[in-house]
Amino acid sequence: MGRKILLDKINVPGIKTYEVYRREGGYSSVEKALKSLSPDEVVEEVKTSGLRGRGGAGFPVGMKWSFIDKKSGNPRHLVCNADESEPGTFKDRYLMEYIPHLLIEGMIVSSYALGANLSYIYIRGEYMWVYKTLERAIAEAKAAGWLGKNILGTGYDLEVHVQIGGGAYICGEETALIESLEGKRGNPRLKPPFPAVKGLWQNPTVVNNVESISAVPWIINNSGADYAAIGKERSTGTKLISASGNIKKPGVYEIELGLSVYEFMNSDEYCGGMETDRPLKALVPGGSSVPILPAHLIYKTANGDDRLMTYESLSDGGFATGSMLGSGGFIVYDDRACIVRNTWNFSRFYHHESCGQCTPCREGTGWLEKVLWRIENGEGREEDIELLWSIQSKIEGNTICPLGDAASWPVAAAIRHFRDEFEYHIRFPEKVKNRNHFVTEPFEKVKHLVVKQEI
Amino acid sequence: MKVTIDGQEIEVAPGTTILQAARMIGGESVPPAMCYYSKLEKTGGKCRCCLVEVTKGSDADPRPMPKLVASCVTGCMDGMEVASKSSERVTEARKAVTEFLLINHPLDCPVCDQAGECDLQNLSFEHGKAQSRFIEDKRTFEPENIGDKIQLHMNRCILCQRCVQVAEQLTDYRVHGVLNRGDHAQISTYVAAAIDNDFSGNMIDVCPVGALTDKTFRFKSRVWFNKPFNAHRNCENPECCGKATLWMFGNEIQRVTARKDIYHEVEDFICNTCRFDKKEVTDWVIEGPRKFEKDSVINQNNYTRPMEKVIMNTEKGILEGREQDRKKISMAQIPFNNQKKQ
Repeated sequence: MGRKILLDKINVPGIKTYEVYRREGGYSSVEKALKSLSPDEVVEEVKTSGLRGRGGAGFPVGMKWSFIDKKSGNPRHLVCNADESEPGTFKDRYLMEYIPHLLIEGMIVSSYALGANLSYIYIRGEYMWVYKTLERAIAEAKAAGWLGKNILGTGYDLEVHVQIGGGAYICGEETALIESLEGKRGNPRLKPPFPAVKGLWQNPTVVNNVESISAVPWIINNSGADYAAIGKERSTGTKLISASGNIKKPGVYEIELGLSVYEFMNSDEYCGGMETDRPLKALVPGGSSVPILPAHLIYKTANGDDRLMTYESLSDGGFATGSMLGSGGFIVYDDRACIVRNTWNFSRFYHHESCGQCTPCREGTGWLEKVLWRIENGEGREEDIELLWSIQSKIEGNTICPLGDAASWPVAAAIRHFRDEFEYHIRFPEKVKNRNHFVTEPFEKVKHLVVKQEI
Repeated sequence: MKVTIDGQEIEVAPGTTILQAARMIGGESVPPAMCYYSKLEKTGGKCRCCLVEVTKGSDADPRPMPKLVASCVTGCMDGMEVASKSSERVTEARKAVTEFLLINHPLDCPVCDQAGECDLQNLSFEHGKAQSRFIEDKRTFEPENIGDKIQLHMNRCILCQRCVQVAEQLTDYRVHGVLNRGDHAQISTYVAAAIDNDFSGNMIDVCPVGALTDKTFRFKSRVWFNKPFNAHRNCENPECCGKATLWMFGNEIQRVTARKDIYHEVEDFICNTCRFDKKEVTDWVIEGPRKFEKDSVINQNNYTRPMEKVIMNTEKGILEGREQDRKKISMAQIPFNNQKKQ
C-alpha cells in the first residue's frame, strides 16, 4: 500500500466542508507556519523536500520560490495554475473537487512563504462546478479566520480570489495565464523578464500547479526531510497520476515516485491490468504532449533497467527511447488503437489551441494536422512521413512558448516508434478508410505487408 | 559593451538589442524582421524571422544559449558573440519560418498592391524555396470592410500585430485587434467599418505585407510604375510631421506614404489628411526624387537610369492581317462542311 499524502483523507465523508476538514487536522500547517516559522524557513523547508513542480516541467518548487524578487519592494503574488487542460490529465480537478480546503491551506502557507498578500487561483472555465466548490471553501475559510486581515493574530493579511479562464489550453502557460488574469488576451509573454521579476501587473509572481501547492501543507506539518525520504533520488514525494485508456481501473491514483511502471499498470491497487486480453501497444506516460512509448520500451528502458515512475527513469534515453513524466496523464493503448489516428487527434488539439502569436506554431500545427488527417483517411503520400518529420523539427525550439514543442514531440515520437504504421496507412488506403481498422485486424497481423522485401 | 555579430565587433550602449546592434553594423548580417518595428514599442518576437544563434552568452557567463533567440527582443550582453548569417542553424530556421509564413499566404502578388515593396517578397526571395510542400487548401477568411480608407485583405496577413501597436500607440483608442486564435486568428474590428482615427492610415505603412492597403490607391498602379518624390507641407495637425513621399504618375499624385528607410520603417508618422486627402500637386512642396536601395524594384521607373523611348516594331498593316491569312478567312475555294465528307 503506497503512502498517501494528498489523497489521505479523500474518503472521509464530508471532507469538502470546513468542519470535517478542520476536525481531520486541516489548517494545522497554517498555524505552524504562521506562528513558529519565518517565511524564509518555509521556503527552506520546501527546498529540502525536493518537491518538483507537478504541472509538467518538473522544476523544483523551492528553487522557483527563491527566485522571486523580494528586493524591489513591489507587492508579490502567488498564482495557482488550475487551468488543467492537457488531454489525459485530470488530477487537479479531482483534488479541487473533493478536498478543496487542502488547496486553500496550501495557498495560505505558500503565500506566507512568498510574502504575498493577494493570491489567485486561475481555474479553467470548464470547471465551473469546481469553481463554485472553491468559492464556497474560500468563504468558509474566511469565516473561520484563515483568510483576510491579521490571520491568527500574526499580522499577516491574505486575500485569495478564484478567477475563471475562458477556455484556452494556452492559458496554462504561466505568462499567458498572467496575461489572461490581467484581463488581456491569453498570449504568452516574451521571456525575459520572467514572472519571478515581472509577472502579474509587473509585480513579482510565482505560478504553481494545484498539486504542488497542495503538497506544501504536509511538508510543513512534517518536514522537508520526511518528504524527501519518500520517492527515489531527485523525484521525491508522491505524485497524482490520471490513468486512462484501455486499463481495468482508470482514475486518479496517488503513487510514491519510484514505483515501477509494471506495478502501477498491473497491480490491483492501481490500474489493475489491461482492460481486455488484447495486448499492450503503447503508452503516453505524462499527458498528450510527451512522446509516446512503444510496448517494448514501457516496462524496460533501452538499456534493460526497469522503467520506474520517476522524472529520471521515464526520460531515460532522451527522446530516442524515453519520454517524460509530464503532468501525469497516463494513457494506455491496447492493439485496437491506431497510433496515426491518435497522433492526428493530439495534433488537432494543438492546432485548435495554438494562440496564433508566433509563426512556426500558428502555421505549423495546422499543417501537421492536415497532413496527419490525410494519412489517417487514406489520402497520404509516401513523402508525407518525411514531411511530417521536417515540419515538427522546424516548429520545435523556434517558438515563444513550449506549446510548439508540445505539438511537435508527439508527432516526432509516433514517427520514430511507429513508422511502419504510417507506411501501412499510406500503402493500404482502402483498409484504413474503415475507422476501426485495427479492431478486427490488429496491426501485428498486417505488419508483414509493410516489411521491406528482400530479394 | 562590446558585441560580436558574425565576426564583426561593435560597441553598443546597454539595453541595445541584438537586432539594433546588427543594424548598426549593417550589411548581410542584419536579420530580417517582419514583426519588429523600431518606431513602435512592444513589437517584435512574434514572427521568428530574426532568430539568431548566441554562441557566447557574455564575458561573465560564456555559455552559449541552447535555443535560437529572437534578436529583436534579446538584449546584448558585454562580450556576447552572435552568429546570424554565418550559422547553419539560423539559415535553416529562417527558411523554415519563411515556409511557414508562405503556406497560407495567397499567391496573388500579381494583383497585390504591396508587390514591389513587400517584406514577405524580400524574405522569400532570400530564404524561400521555389516549390511548395503544402498541397492542402490555403486558409481563407471572409472579406471584411474595416473603413472607407483602409482595405483589409486578411488572407495575406501574417499577424505581425504591428497595426495593433499603431492603433495602441498613435491613436486615441484602439478599435481593432486580433480575434480568434491559432491559424484562424484574424485582424478585425469589433464594430464593422470603424477604423477612422486620424493616424490610422499608418497601419498601411507598417504592414509588411499587402494585408492593409490604401483604398485611394487600390489597383491604380504598380508601385514601380510610380515615381516617388520627397515632399512636405505644413500640416495643421500638430502631431503630424508633414513629411511624406509622393508616388506620382505624370502630374498625378496617386499615393502618399510616409518616408521609409532601408528597413522599410517610416521615418515619421503622417496623418490621414496628408495621406488620403492631399492629392493635388499644389498641396505639397516637392523636394526632389526619393532614392531607394540599388536593387529595389521601385527603381525600375525612376530617373536614376537612362530611359529610352520604347518602340514596338510591328508588321505593316497588322490590323488587316497577312495577305495569305485573309485569303483563308474568305474560304472561297473550300467547300462548306468539308469535314464531314472525309
